[in-house]
Amino acid sequence: MEKLPVFGISPDKFKPLPAGIKETIKSTRQGETYWQDARRRLKQNKLAMLGLYTIIFIILLAIFGPVFSPYSYSDQFLDKQGLGPCKEFWFGTDTLGRDLFVRVLYGARISLAVGFVASLINLTVGVIYGGIAGLAGGKVDNIMMRIVDIFYSIPLILYVILLMVLIGPGLKSIFIALGLVYWMDMARIVRAQVLSLKEQEFVMAARVLGADSKRILFRHLIPNCIGPIIITISMNIPMAIFTEAFLSFLGLGVAVPMASWGVLASDALPAIRSYPHILFFPAMAISITMLAFNFLGDGLRDALDPRLRK
Amino acid sequence: MNREEILVEVSHLKKYFASRPGFFRKRQTVVKAVDDVSFQIHRGETLGLVGESGCGKTTVGRTIIRLYPATAGKIVYAGLDITNFTEKQMFPLRKKIQMIFQDPYASLNARMTVGDIIGEPLDIHGIAAGRQRKEMIMELLNKVGLSPEHASRYPHEFSGGQRQRIGIARAMAVEPEFIICDEPLSALDVSIQAQVVNLLEDLQSKLGLTYLFIAHDLSMVKHISNRIGVMYLGKLVELASSNDLYQNPLHPYTRALLSAIPVPDPDTADQKQRIILEGDVPSPINPPEGCRFRTRCRHARTGCGESTPEMKEVEPGHFVACYLAHDGYSG
Repeated sequence: MEKLPVFGISPDKFKPLPAGIKETIKSTRQGETYWQDARRRLKQNKLAMLGLYTIIFIILLAIFGPVFSPYSYSDQFLDKQGLGPCKEFWFGTDTLGRDLFVRVLYGARISLAVGFVASLINLTVGVIYGGIAGLAGGKVDNIMMRIVDIFYSIPLILYVILLMVLIGPGLKSIFIALGLVYWMDMARIVRAQVLSLKEQEFVMAARVLGADSKRILFRHLIPNCIGPIIITISMNIPMAIFTEAFLSFLGLGVAVPMASWGVLASDALPAIRSYPHILFFPAMAISITMLAFNFLGDGLRDALDPRLRK
Repeated sequence: MNREEILVEVSHLKKYFASRPGFFRKRQTVVKAVDDVSFQIHRGETLGLVGESGCGKTTVGRTIIRLYPATAGKIVYAGLDITNFTEKQMFPLRKKIQMIFQDPYASLNARMTVGDIIGEPLDIHGIAAGRQRKEMIMELLNKVGLSPEHASRYPHEFSGGQRQRIGIARAMAVEPEFIICDEPLSALDVSIQAQVVNLLEDLQSKLGLTYLFIAHDLSMVKHISNRIGVMYLGKLVELASSNDLYQNPLHPYTRALLSAIPVPDPDTADQKQRIILEGDVPSPINPPEGCRFRTRCRHARTGCGESTPEMKEVEPGHFVACYLAHDGYSG
């Protein structure tokens, strides 16, 4: 058969593909999963990656830093009080002659523990409470969310003071106070998500297949809320850390000689005119941590929101 | 196959949606989505259900499968009155009755792989596990014309037609006998529609399935259905075998609907008279008294507003709810 030119292109301009090319084309065009896509977009966000690396660095320092330090957080050097930053004491010493660097590292341990507890409560209580309220709907939802409203209306300080009276100051009462408060944002967000998701056809399909509520909640609804959940956690952790610092600063937090960043900042106040560096280092630690978490949270929000997908 | 055996019987089904009274709004509004609908589906047949958007056809399907509780009426499946069955009582029936959904983008969980989506019914009903589960998923994928390596992918990697096939595979996993197809074609391209319809017909002839086929595309419904019911504003207005309905429509609404089917030949199309309906569909919150179609019916007369016409068998197997049709359009 005579070959006719296709759209004015003569047929001898077409050449068969060399062997092997087809396979390469196939393998390079792999589909992207949701998480691959999110990771790629997070990596493009320089601030968020900076935040992520800073957080990893702080976590490593908090865990391993004090092990390598020659001093403990309570060792006193009575002849070296109020020293500025030097070779021997990187952040200097406080008015009682304790190494400030190791005390800030211990403070990081407490702050991260607080953040960890807050996120754990967020993930368990907040997600499940919100999920149940949203899925049940109607009266159950109404009652559950009004309880949240009531808890929300009581100021955190009040809980803390009451807990101080009941069990005394310390890390335990801070954890309990955070536990009472830090699941409510998450519960509200998950509930709102579940309310809109449960009308979707894939949930109906699961019902038609005979799936029970537990399966629908844990296999279908919560996995589809994972974006907002991660974002809420990454925004709530710095808030919890800041709350602890603020409570300790007021003297409602951990007790001496334990060092949290709030306690360190508070201790520095009487001598602020003579030794400003004692306030500077814990304040810097708080600021860097907060900024790092907030950058990461912003980045995650952008990366996980499919509407921003390019 | 015994065509006479009645598999599903719906009688005087009503589904009202009531708005919750608000703090400031004490009066409740009630939407009568389905208002007194009765029909039967025989084993092995396909019953088409057509009507414009908002006429309640989807609600009928969802009420039969107990996604919504019925307000009144009775749903009998294979001799069992399932109207007030609890979720626990329904569980064994979930294997027999399945549904294919309208929107292939919303009906698959985006966070699950295709294998897990198709495998979920197997897990729920404890049909298969481990290797056997894997083999069954492959087999199901094959059955609907997808390849086994698709099992590890996520839904967003597929086209609309492929997703609808995945939805069909999920419904087929429990080996059902009755499938409610809720506008399975309306989100698809015309070329893909044909593939999916052929797949559905194939499965029906191989497995002896019974379909309730809900759609608004009349030509597609005619192609697939043995009998067709026409709905208007929550009511069934005409029910007949598909040939009867297309050749001899009795209800004025059916006539108007059929006249709207486009004809590919321009000469015939020119000669064809289109019946153009005036006005909009009245609100189902406050439907007209008597015959619901009378506000838009060119044949409406005084009697139409007084009482609601019942479904009457005018010819063998041809039911219609219209006073004029009952009288044979005399007078």
